[in-house]
Amino acid sequence: MSDYQVVQSKSPVFYNRYERKSELQHQTHYCSGCGHGIAHKLVAEALSDMGLQDRTIFVSPVGCSVFAYYYFDVGNVQAAHGRTPAVATALKRARPESIVIAYQGDGDLAAIGTAEILHAANRGEKFTVFFVNNAIYGMTGGQMAPTTLVGQTSTTTPWGRRPSNEGFPLHMAELIATLEAPVYVERVALCDNKNIMRARKAVRKAIELQRDGVGFSFVEILSPCPTIWKMTPNEARQWVADKMVPVFPVSVFRDRKPPAIENGGPRQISVIELLGLGEFSPAVEEPVAPRSGRRNLTIKIAGFGGQGVLLLGQVLAEIGLREGLEVSWLPSYGPEMRSGSAHCHVCLSTEPVGSPLVEHPDVLMAMNEISLRKFAPQVVSGGVVIYNRDALPADFAVRQVRVSCVPASELADQLGAAKAANMVMLGALIELTHVLPREQALAVLETTLHDGALLEIDRRAIDAGIDFVRKAAVPAA
Amino acid sequence: MAAVPDRGYVTIDTEECKGCGLCLEACPPRCLEFEPELNAYGVRPARYLGRGCTGCGICFYACPEPGAITVYRVAPPPKSAGTATGEASHAPAL
Ligand SMILES: Cc1ncc(C[n+]2csc(CCOP(=O)(O)OP(=O)(O)O)c2C)c(N)n1
Ligand code: SF4
Ligand code: SF4
Repeated sequence: MSDYQVVQSKSPVFYNRYERKSELQHQTHYCSGCGHGIAHKLVAEALSDMGLQDRTIFVSPVGCSVFAYYYFDVGNVQAAHGRTPAVATALKRARPESIVIAYQGDGDLAAIGTAEILHAANRGEKFTVFFVNNAIYGMTGGQMAPTTLVGQTSTTTPWGRRPSNEGFPLHMAELIATLEAPVYVERVALCDNKNIMRARKAVRKAIELQRDGVGFSFVEILSPCPTIWKMTPNEARQWVADKMVPVFPVSVFRDRKPPAIENGGPRQISVIELLGLGEFSPAVEEPVAPRSGRRNLTIKIAGFGGQGVLLLGQVLAEIGLREGLEVSWLPSYGPEMRSGSAHCHVCLSTEPVGSPLVEHPDVLMAMNEISLRKFAPQVVSGGVVIYNRDALPADFAVRQVRVSCVPASELADQLGAAKAANMVMLGALIELTHVLPREQALAVLETTLHDGALLEIDRRAIDAGIDFVRKAAVPAA
Repeated sequence: MAAVPDRGYVTIDTEECKGCGLCLEACPPRCLEFEPELNAYGVRPARYLGRGCTGCGICFYACPEPGAITVYRVAPPPKSAGTATGEASHAPAL
């Protein structure tokens, strides 16, 4: 009996089980016969053979491969539609030692993201792009892509693509190879065994070039989409060979050393140094011993535009940061932006913040009645509502929360600065929750406001908020 | 009368396989087929005929699923184990 050994099996770069729908955790979400799976396998194999798994950041696009992060056990970021090269640029510049893989479809790369890919390539960013060209928008159900063939039908070209109306297919590999900076540009096709092996080599080479710090590498992968093409998987593979390859020839379009550039790249310096924040770094870096009591707080601040709602959120986050807390600030641009209302979410925590979205805040700071009515029911039981009036509306009640009515706008008016109402609210928050100290709030304002008079007004506004809450806490005789 | 043992064999995870049939067509010695029974998702997964595999690994690269196919090959004699190129995996030579 012979001894056998495993020669090909699931790459360790893939997760064992995929954290997706519970009944489908051992297979991908791709359609039967889809080329994305093959492309994924080639990338995974190359990363594991080169020992790069722990250094890799994979940027998934919008498109059928949006969920690549379910599969690749590497660092993962998912970018907005077409923006993968921009995100990859940031990642690679911030972490030059990482292997950054930008993975994009043809709708993503060649339509909405044309600008991003061309400029990243032109700058010679040192990451690798895998461009999966299936001549169609897959995820959205088969609209024409810039790479759709002449005569090919799609939901948006039901009579076939006509150059007179929709232009000609875009040849991205050729286009990118006209630029100075890219070091490696190849097109491959997942259409038969031989070509899949050629694709395998191209994928490895592109990643190797990045590993060696050479420059921008780009591999276009012609890929079957049997579902949208309405073919069997084997027919679709054949269609790549018969119809796509004649239009998109498989070839190496660029393979050369990067052009010599005088005067190297930009100097690498830390963000703190770059922003000239040297003097703050102790406060940021040395964790402050936790003060007594609770330090975790989620806050929603809501009102009309111009009431300083977003700014107040930023100030809160900055105070938290200097207190050594983990913080997040998320402005909300919901449809209600149109009515001129604004709100933001702030998290202050001793633990890393999982999601910056605050659905059920501990504290609601409602700058107007509409915000009060809208958001007060979301506050957690035992939470706090700070309302910018001296009393709640007569017909309004909230249960199981502490309501503090602080006429912040009125108090700010009395100080002669209507705009400081948000700072009165800040004072009220400081006094009601005892999570953030007044001194730190003043320190933040001192470094953000350069106008002494404004600073004095804000200081008085904060104190007015603190005083008001203190006095209100003393039961009337 | 002992038959010459095959150089390889494959196993297929019938619950990961989506029954696309790409491996059936890709396999040079044509030693894969569909199972007659549907799997839990309602597709006929691929299976090994039980003979004829050369361990070439081509079906592995034709298959879109990360772990549906595992390919086994006769272990090489000790002296030729490992390759000078440092390429860890055994790509079919095409
Ligand atoms: C900003 C934005 N515009 C449009 C969409 C809708 N959308 C989702 S996927 C997609 C096209 C994807 O096609 P492609 O990049 O070819 O990838 P495939 O699905 O074929 O792999 C579009 C237009 C979106 N999600 N975001
Ligand atoms: S729609 Fe096309 S590209 Fe998307 S998963 Fe299915 S076969 Fe793949
Ligand atoms: S190629 Fe993979 S998914 Fe398709 S039938 Fe063969 S084993 Fe199943």
